[in-house]
Amino acid sequence: MSVWIAIGLTAVGCYLVKLLGLSVPAGLLERPLVRRLAVLLPVALLAALTALQTFGGGPGELVVDARVAGVVAAAVAVLLRAPFLLVIGVAVVVTAAVRALG
Amino acid sequence: MPPAPPRAGQPVTGPPDRPAAPVTTPAPSVPVPDATVARRAAVRDGLGVGVAVGLSGFAFGVTAASAGLSVLQACVLSLLVFTGASQFALVGAVAAGGNPYTAAAGAFFLGARNAFYGLRLAGLLRVRGWRRPLAAHWVIDETSAVTLAQSDPRAARLGFAVTGATLYVLWNLTTLLGAVGAGALGDPAAWGLDAAGPAVFLALLAPMLGGARERATAALAVLLALVCVPLLPAGVPVLVAAAAAPAVLLVSGARARSRRSATAGAEEPARRDARPGGGSGDAGVPR
Repeated sequence: MSVWIAIGLTAVGCYLVKLLGLSVPAGLLERPLVRRLAVLLPVALLAALTALQTFGGGPGELVVDARVAGVVAAAVAVLLRAPFLLVIGVAVVVTAAVRALG
Repeated sequence: MPPAPPRAGQPVTGPPDRPAAPVTTPAPSVPVPDATVARRAAVRDGLGVGVAVGLSGFAFGVTAASAGLSVLQACVLSLLVFTGASQFALVGAVAAGGNPYTAAAGAFFLGARNAFYGLRLAGLLRVRGWRRPLAAHWVIDETSAVTLAQSDPRAARLGFAVTGATLYVLWNLTTLLGAVGAGALGDPAAWGLDAAGPAVFLALLAPMLGGARERATAALAVLLALVCVPLLPAGVPVLVAAAAAPAVLLVSGARARSRRSATAGAEEPARRDARPGGGSGDAGVPR
Protein backbone atom coordinates (compact mmCIF):
# COMPACT_ATOMS: atom_id res chain seq x y z
CA MET A 1 0.00 0.00 0.00
CA SER A 2 2.72 2.44 0.96
CA VAL A 3 4.35 1.78 -2.40
CA TRP A 4 1.19 2.98 -4.10
CA ILE A 5 1.25 6.15 -2.00
CA ALA A 6 4.81 6.81 -3.15
CA ILE A 7 3.86 6.10 -6.77
CA GLY A 8 0.81 8.35 -6.60
CA LEU A 9 2.68 11.27 -5.03
CA THR A 10 5.56 10.94 -7.49
CA ALA A 11 3.26 10.74 -10.50
CA VAL A 12 1.21 13.78 -9.48
CA GLY A 13 4.23 15.82 -8.39
CA CYS A 14 6.32 15.06 -11.45
CA TYR A 15 3.44 15.77 -13.81
CA LEU A 16 2.49 19.07 -12.19
CA VAL A 17 6.05 20.29 -12.31
CA LYS A 18 6.24 19.53 -16.04
CA LEU A 19 2.96 21.34 -16.66
CA LEU A 20 4.13 24.27 -14.56
CA GLY A 21 7.14 24.77 -16.81
CA LEU A 22 5.03 24.94 -19.96
CA SER A 23 2.45 27.20 -18.34
CA VAL A 24 4.09 29.91 -16.26
CA PRO A 25 5.26 33.17 -17.74
CA ALA A 26 8.92 32.80 -18.59
CA GLY A 27 10.11 35.51 -16.23
CA LEU A 28 8.87 33.83 -13.12
CA LEU A 29 11.38 31.01 -12.86
CA GLU A 30 14.10 32.78 -14.77
CA ARG A 31 15.68 34.47 -11.79
CA PRO A 32 19.42 33.81 -11.78
CA LEU A 33 19.45 32.23 -8.34
CA VAL A 34 16.56 29.91 -9.13
CA ARG A 35 18.19 28.90 -12.40
CA ARG A 36 21.50 28.15 -10.76
CA LEU A 37 19.80 26.09 -8.11
CA ALA A 38 17.92 24.24 -10.84
CA VAL A 39 21.24 23.38 -12.47
CA LEU A 40 22.91 22.19 -9.28
CA LEU A 41 20.05 20.34 -7.61
CA PRO A 42 20.02 17.41 -10.06
CA VAL A 43 23.82 17.26 -9.84
CA ALA A 44 23.64 16.83 -6.07
CA LEU A 45 20.81 14.29 -6.23
CA LEU A 46 22.32 12.19 -9.01
CA ALA A 47 25.75 12.13 -7.35
CA ALA A 48 24.21 11.10 -4.04
CA LEU A 49 22.08 8.42 -5.68
CA THR A 50 25.06 7.02 -7.57
CA ALA A 51 27.01 6.71 -4.34
CA LEU A 52 24.11 5.36 -2.31
CA GLN A 53 23.20 2.69 -4.81
CA THR A 54 26.83 1.69 -5.29
CA PHE A 55 27.63 1.30 -1.59
CA GLY A 56 24.22 0.80 -0.03
CA GLY A 57 23.72 -2.46 1.88
CA GLY A 58 21.09 -3.35 4.43
CA PRO A 59 19.38 -0.56 6.37
CA GLY A 60 21.97 1.88 7.69
CA GLU A 61 25.01 0.08 6.36
CA LEU A 62 27.51 0.60 3.57
CA VAL A 63 29.19 -2.28 1.77
CA VAL A 64 31.85 -2.65 -0.90
CA ASP A 65 31.01 -5.41 -3.36
CA ALA A 66 31.06 -6.23 -7.07
CA ARG A 67 28.87 -3.21 -7.85
CA VAL A 68 31.86 -0.95 -7.25
CA ALA A 69 33.73 -2.65 -10.09
CA GLY A 70 30.68 -2.30 -12.31
CA VAL A 71 30.23 1.38 -11.58
CA VAL A 72 33.94 2.08 -12.08
CA ALA A 73 33.71 0.31 -15.44
CA ALA A 74 30.67 2.42 -16.26
CA ALA A 75 32.64 5.55 -15.38
CA VAL A 76 35.37 4.49 -17.80
CA ALA A 77 32.71 3.92 -20.46
CA VAL A 78 31.33 7.40 -19.79
CA LEU A 79 34.79 8.90 -20.17
CA LEU A 80 35.15 7.08 -23.49
CA ARG A 81 31.83 8.63 -24.51
CA ALA A 82 30.03 5.36 -24.86
CA PRO A 83 26.32 5.61 -25.59
CA PHE A 84 23.91 5.42 -22.70
CA LEU A 85 22.83 1.82 -23.17
CA LEU A 86 26.41 0.62 -23.45
CA VAL A 87 27.31 2.35 -20.17
CA ILE A 88 24.55 0.45 -18.40
CA GLY A 89 25.49 -2.78 -20.15
CA VAL A 90 29.14 -2.48 -19.13
CA ALA A 91 28.17 -1.91 -15.50
CA VAL A 92 25.89 -4.94 -15.47
CA VAL A 93 28.31 -7.29 -17.23
CA VAL A 94 31.34 -6.30 -15.16
CA THR A 95 29.38 -6.60 -11.91
CA ALA A 96 28.11 -10.05 -12.90
CA ALA A 97 31.59 -11.15 -13.97
CA VAL A 98 33.27 -9.98 -10.77
CA ARG A 99 30.56 -11.67 -8.72
CA ALA A 100 30.90 -14.93 -10.66
CA LEU A 101 34.68 -14.92 -10.25
CA GLY A 102 34.67 -13.75 -6.64
CA MET B 1 16.05 10.08 -17.88
CA PRO B 2 19.12 9.37 -19.83
CA PRO B 3 21.01 12.12 -21.45
CA ALA B 4 20.66 11.13 -24.96
CA PRO B 5 22.54 13.56 -27.00
CA PRO B 6 21.27 14.21 -30.45
CA ARG B 7 23.85 13.38 -33.04
CA ALA B 8 26.43 16.04 -33.32
CA GLY B 9 26.93 17.68 -36.63
CA GLN B 10 23.41 17.69 -37.80
CA PRO B 11 22.97 19.96 -40.74
CA VAL B 12 22.44 23.56 -39.92
CA THR B 13 19.78 24.48 -42.34
CA GLY B 14 19.52 28.16 -41.77
CA PRO B 15 19.13 30.74 -39.11
CA PRO B 16 16.62 29.72 -36.48
CA ASP B 17 14.47 32.74 -37.03
CA ARG B 18 14.07 32.05 -40.68
CA PRO B 19 10.36 31.82 -41.45
CA ALA B 20 9.32 28.23 -41.92
CA ALA B 21 8.63 27.35 -45.51
CA PRO B 22 4.96 26.77 -46.30
CA VAL B 23 5.40 23.11 -46.98
CA THR B 24 1.72 22.31 -46.97
CA THR B 25 0.92 24.47 -49.97
CA PRO B 26 2.31 23.07 -53.17
CA ALA B 27 4.90 25.44 -54.53
CA PRO B 28 6.78 23.40 -57.10
CA SER B 29 8.65 26.37 -58.48
CA VAL B 30 10.10 27.16 -55.08
CA PRO B 31 11.68 24.04 -53.62
CA VAL B 32 12.11 24.04 -49.88
CA PRO B 33 15.18 21.92 -49.32
CA ASP B 34 16.07 23.68 -46.09
CA ALA B 35 12.80 22.84 -44.42
CA THR B 36 12.93 19.29 -45.70
CA VAL B 37 16.46 18.77 -44.46
CA ALA B 38 15.52 20.27 -41.12
CA ARG B 39 12.53 18.00 -40.78
CA ARG B 40 14.56 14.95 -41.71
CA ALA B 41 17.12 15.86 -39.09
CA ALA B 42 14.37 16.25 -36.52
CA VAL B 43 12.89 12.85 -37.31
CA ARG B 44 16.31 11.18 -37.33
CA ASP B 45 17.32 12.72 -34.00
CA GLY B 46 13.98 11.90 -32.47
CA LEU B 47 14.01 8.28 -33.57
CA GLY B 48 17.66 7.77 -32.59
CA VAL B 49 17.23 9.13 -29.11
CA GLY B 50 13.81 7.61 -28.66
CA VAL B 51 14.92 4.11 -29.61
CA ALA B 52 18.21 4.12 -27.69
CA VAL B 53 16.75 5.46 -24.48
CA GLY B 54 13.43 3.72 -24.91
CA LEU B 55 15.19 0.36 -24.77
CA SER B 56 16.68 1.17 -21.39
CA GLY B 57 13.19 0.93 -19.95
CA PHE B 58 14.05 -2.76 -19.76
CA ALA B 59 16.65 -2.01 -17.08
CA PHE B 60 14.01 -0.03 -15.22
CA GLY B 61 11.47 -2.84 -15.41
CA VAL B 62 13.96 -5.36 -14.06
CA THR B 63 15.18 -3.00 -11.34
CA ALA B 64 11.62 -2.23 -10.25
CA ALA B 65 10.61 -5.86 -10.13
CA SER B 66 13.71 -6.89 -8.20
CA ALA B 67 13.06 -4.05 -5.75
CA GLY B 68 9.79 -5.77 -4.93
CA LEU B 69 7.38 -3.73 -7.06
CA SER B 70 4.63 -5.56 -8.91
CA VAL B 71 4.49 -5.55 -12.70
CA LEU B 72 1.51 -3.22 -12.46
CA GLN B 73 3.38 -0.80 -10.20
CA ALA B 74 6.38 -0.73 -12.53
CA CYS B 75 4.14 -0.07 -15.52
CA VAL B 76 2.11 2.62 -13.76
CA LEU B 77 5.36 4.39 -12.90
CA SER B 78 6.52 4.41 -16.50
CA LEU B 79 3.10 5.43 -17.80
CA LEU B 80 2.38 8.20 -15.31
CA VAL B 81 5.74 9.42 -14.04
CA PHE B 82 7.66 9.05 -17.30
CA THR B 83 10.89 10.66 -16.19
CA GLY B 84 13.52 8.00 -15.74
CA ALA B 85 15.77 9.39 -13.03
CA SER B 86 12.78 9.95 -10.75
CA GLN B 87 11.52 6.44 -11.44
CA PHE B 88 14.89 4.85 -10.63
CA ALA B 89 15.21 7.01 -7.52
CA LEU B 90 11.78 6.04 -6.27
CA VAL B 91 12.39 2.35 -6.84
CA GLY B 92 15.77 2.57 -5.12
CA ALA B 93 14.24 4.29 -2.11
CA VAL B 94 11.46 1.73 -1.90
CA ALA B 95 14.01 -1.09 -2.13
CA ALA B 96 16.06 0.48 0.65
CA GLY B 97 12.95 0.51 2.84
CA GLY B 98 12.40 4.24 2.94
CA ASN B 99 8.97 5.56 3.85
CA PRO B 100 6.77 6.56 0.91
CA TYR B 101 6.97 10.30 1.59
CA THR B 102 10.75 10.61 1.64
CA ALA B 103 10.91 8.28 -1.38
CA ALA B 104 8.46 10.46 -3.30
CA ALA B 105 10.25 13.64 -2.21
CA GLY B 106 13.56 12.44 -3.66
CA ALA B 107 11.89 11.47 -6.92
CA PHE B 108 10.02 14.77 -7.04
CA PHE B 109 13.13 16.91 -6.53
CA LEU B 110 14.80 15.08 -9.38
CA GLY B 111 11.77 15.69 -11.57
CA ALA B 112 11.72 19.40 -10.77
CA ARG B 113 14.28 20.11 -13.48
CA ASN B 114 11.60 19.34 -16.06
CA ALA B 115 9.91 22.63 -15.15
CA PHE B 116 12.94 24.43 -16.49
CA TYR B 117 12.88 22.44 -19.71
CA GLY B 118 9.22 23.36 -20.05
CA LEU B 119 10.08 27.03 -19.71
CA ARG B 120 12.55 26.78 -22.56
CA LEU B 121 10.27 24.68 -24.74
CA ALA B 122 7.11 26.74 -24.23
CA GLY B 123 8.13 29.37 -26.75
CA LEU B 124 9.13 26.81 -29.36
CA LEU B 125 6.24 24.41 -29.01
CA ARG B 126 3.49 27.00 -28.51
CA VAL B 127 1.04 24.41 -27.32
CA ARG B 128 -2.33 25.78 -26.30
CA GLY B 129 -5.62 24.45 -25.03
CA TRP B 130 -6.09 20.72 -24.60
CA ARG B 131 -2.75 19.92 -26.16
CA ARG B 132 -0.73 21.55 -23.42
CA PRO B 133 -1.54 19.08 -20.63
CA LEU B 134 -0.72 16.26 -23.04
CA ALA B 135 2.53 17.77 -24.30
CA ALA B 136 3.58 18.49 -20.71
CA HIS B 137 3.84 14.79 -19.95
CA TRP B 138 6.60 14.45 -22.53
CA VAL B 139 8.73 17.34 -21.28
CA ILE B 140 11.85 15.46 -20.14
CA ASP B 141 15.62 15.37 -20.75
CA GLU B 142 15.55 13.64 -24.11
CA THR B 143 12.67 15.50 -25.75
CA SER B 144 14.17 18.79 -24.60
CA ALA B 145 17.60 17.90 -25.92
CA VAL B 146 16.24 16.99 -29.35
CA THR B 147 13.80 19.89 -29.53
CA LEU B 148 16.35 22.53 -28.59
CA ALA B 149 18.88 21.13 -31.05
CA GLN B 150 16.68 21.71 -34.10
CA SER B 151 17.29 24.55 -36.49
CA ASP B 152 13.79 25.99 -36.81
CA PRO B 153 10.60 25.99 -34.74
CA ARG B 154 8.73 23.68 -37.08
CA ALA B 155 11.50 21.09 -36.96
CA ALA B 156 11.67 21.60 -33.20
CA ARG B 157 8.00 20.73 -32.83
CA LEU B 158 8.44 17.70 -35.06
CA GLY B 159 11.51 16.61 -33.08
CA PHE B 160 9.56 16.91 -29.85
CA ALA B 161 6.67 14.84 -31.19
CA VAL B 162 8.84 12.11 -32.71
CA THR B 163 11.09 11.79 -29.65
CA GLY B 164 8.17 11.89 -27.25
CA ALA B 165 6.09 9.31 -29.11
CA THR B 166 8.97 6.89 -29.78
CA LEU B 167 10.28 7.12 -26.27
CA TYR B 168 6.90 6.88 -24.58
CA VAL B 169 5.88 3.78 -26.50
CA LEU B 170 9.21 1.99 -26.17
CA TRP B 171 9.90 2.98 -22.57
CA ASN B 172 6.54 1.58 -21.49
CA LEU B 173 6.83 -1.59 -23.57
CA THR B 174 10.33 -2.36 -22.32
CA THR B 175 9.30 -1.59 -18.74
CA LEU B 176 6.61 -4.24 -19.05
CA LEU B 177 9.03 -6.72 -20.62
CA GLY B 178 11.66 -6.07 -17.97
CA ALA B 179 9.24 -6.33 -15.08
CA VAL B 180 7.70 -9.54 -16.41
CA GLY B 181 11.06 -11.01 -17.42
CA ALA B 182 12.73 -10.24 -14.10
CA GLY B 183 11.02 -13.23 -12.52
CA ALA B 184 12.54 -15.58 -15.09
CA LEU B 185 16.01 -14.19 -14.39
CA GLY B 186 16.04 -15.46 -10.83
CA ASP B 187 18.37 -13.48 -8.58
CA PRO B 188 18.99 -10.16 -10.36
CA ALA B 189 22.21 -9.63 -8.42
CA ALA B 190 23.72 -12.72 -10.04
CA TRP B 191 23.27 -10.96 -13.38
CA GLY B 192 24.80 -7.76 -12.09
CA LEU B 193 21.50 -5.95 -12.53
CA ASP B 194 21.85 -4.19 -9.18
CA ALA B 195 24.55 -2.12 -10.86
CA ALA B 196 22.11 -0.82 -13.50
CA GLY B 197 20.62 1.80 -11.17
CA PRO B 198 23.87 3.52 -10.15
CA ALA B 199 25.15 3.28 -13.73
CA VAL B 200 22.05 5.09 -14.95
CA PHE B 201 22.58 7.87 -12.42
CA LEU B 202 26.24 8.11 -13.29
CA ALA B 203 25.52 8.32 -17.01
CA LEU B 204 23.00 11.07 -16.35
CA LEU B 205 25.34 12.91 -14.04
CA ALA B 206 28.51 12.84 -16.13
CA PRO B 207 27.52 15.39 -18.77
CA MET B 208 26.54 17.84 -16.03
CA LEU B 209 29.98 17.90 -14.45
CA GLY B 210 31.52 20.43 -16.80
CA GLY B 211 32.12 23.21 -14.27
CA ALA B 212 33.98 23.47 -10.99
CA ARG B 213 30.77 24.38 -9.19
CA GLU B 214 29.06 21.24 -10.46
CA ARG B 215 31.98 19.02 -9.45
CA ALA B 216 32.11 20.56 -5.99
CA THR B 217 28.39 20.00 -5.60
CA ALA B 218 28.69 16.36 -6.66
CA ALA B 219 31.58 15.68 -4.30
CA LEU B 220 29.84 17.31 -1.35
CA ALA B 221 26.61 15.46 -2.11
CA VAL B 222 28.38 12.08 -2.17
CA LEU B 223 30.06 12.84 1.13
CA LEU B 224 26.84 14.01 2.79
CA ALA B 225 24.88 11.02 1.53
CA LEU B 226 27.39 8.40 2.66
CA VAL B 227 27.95 10.00 6.06
CA CYS B 228 24.19 10.10 6.63
CA VAL B 229 23.54 6.44 5.80
CA PRO B 230 24.33 5.01 9.26
CA LEU B 231 22.70 7.97 11.00
CA LEU B 232 19.38 8.53 9.26
CA PRO B 233 16.47 6.40 8.02
CA ALA B 234 16.57 5.13 4.43
CA GLY B 235 15.56 7.72 1.85
CA VAL B 236 16.59 10.68 4.00
CA PRO B 237 20.33 10.76 3.13
CA VAL B 238 19.59 11.68 -0.48
CA LEU B 239 17.44 14.59 0.68
CA VAL B 240 20.22 15.79 2.99
CA ALA B 241 22.64 15.51 0.08
CA ALA B 242 20.42 17.84 -1.95
CA ALA B 243 21.56 20.57 0.43
CA ALA B 244 24.93 20.42 -1.32
CA ALA B 245 23.41 22.51 -4.13
CA PRO B 246 22.43 25.59 -2.10
CA ALA B 247 25.57 25.19 0.02
CA VAL B 248 27.88 25.37 -2.98
CA LEU B 249 25.86 28.24 -4.43
CA LEU B 250 26.14 30.12 -1.18
CA VAL B 251 29.90 29.65 -0.96
CA SER B 252 30.57 30.38 -4.63
CA GLY B 253 28.25 33.39 -4.45
CA ALA B 254 30.11 34.77 -1.47
CA ARG B 255 33.44 34.19 -3.16
CA ALA B 256 32.24 35.82 -6.37
CA ARG B 257 31.05 38.83 -4.39
CA SER B 258 34.33 39.24 -2.60
CA ARG B 259 36.19 38.85 -5.89
CA ARG B 260 33.92 41.41 -7.52
CA SER B 261 34.52 43.90 -4.79
CA ALA B 262 38.24 43.26 -5.17
CA THR B 263 38.30 43.64 -8.94
CA ALA B 264 35.36 45.90 -9.61
CA GLY B 265 33.47 45.07 -12.75
CA ALA B 266 34.52 41.46 -12.97
CA GLU B 267 32.16 39.61 -15.16
CA GLU B 268 29.56 37.17 -13.99
CA PRO B 269 30.52 33.63 -14.90
CA ALA B 270 29.18 32.70 -18.30
CA ARG B 271 25.61 31.52 -18.13
CA ARG B 272 26.29 27.99 -19.11
CA ASP B 273 22.68 27.08 -18.94
CA ALA B 274 21.75 29.64 -21.52
CA ARG B 275 23.19 27.84 -24.49
CA PRO B 276 20.85 25.91 -26.71
CA GLY B 277 20.37 22.35 -25.66
CA GLY B 278 22.21 22.81 -22.43
CA GLY B 279 19.13 23.41 -20.41
CA SER B 280 18.99 24.13 -16.78
CA GLY B 281 20.04 21.15 -14.87
CA ASP B 282 20.21 19.24 -17.89
CA ALA B 283 21.76 16.27 -19.00
CA GLY B 284 20.60 17.52 -22.23
CA VAL B 285 23.18 17.79 -24.87
CA PRO B 286 26.50 16.97 -23.45
CA ARG B 287 28.63 16.52 -26.47
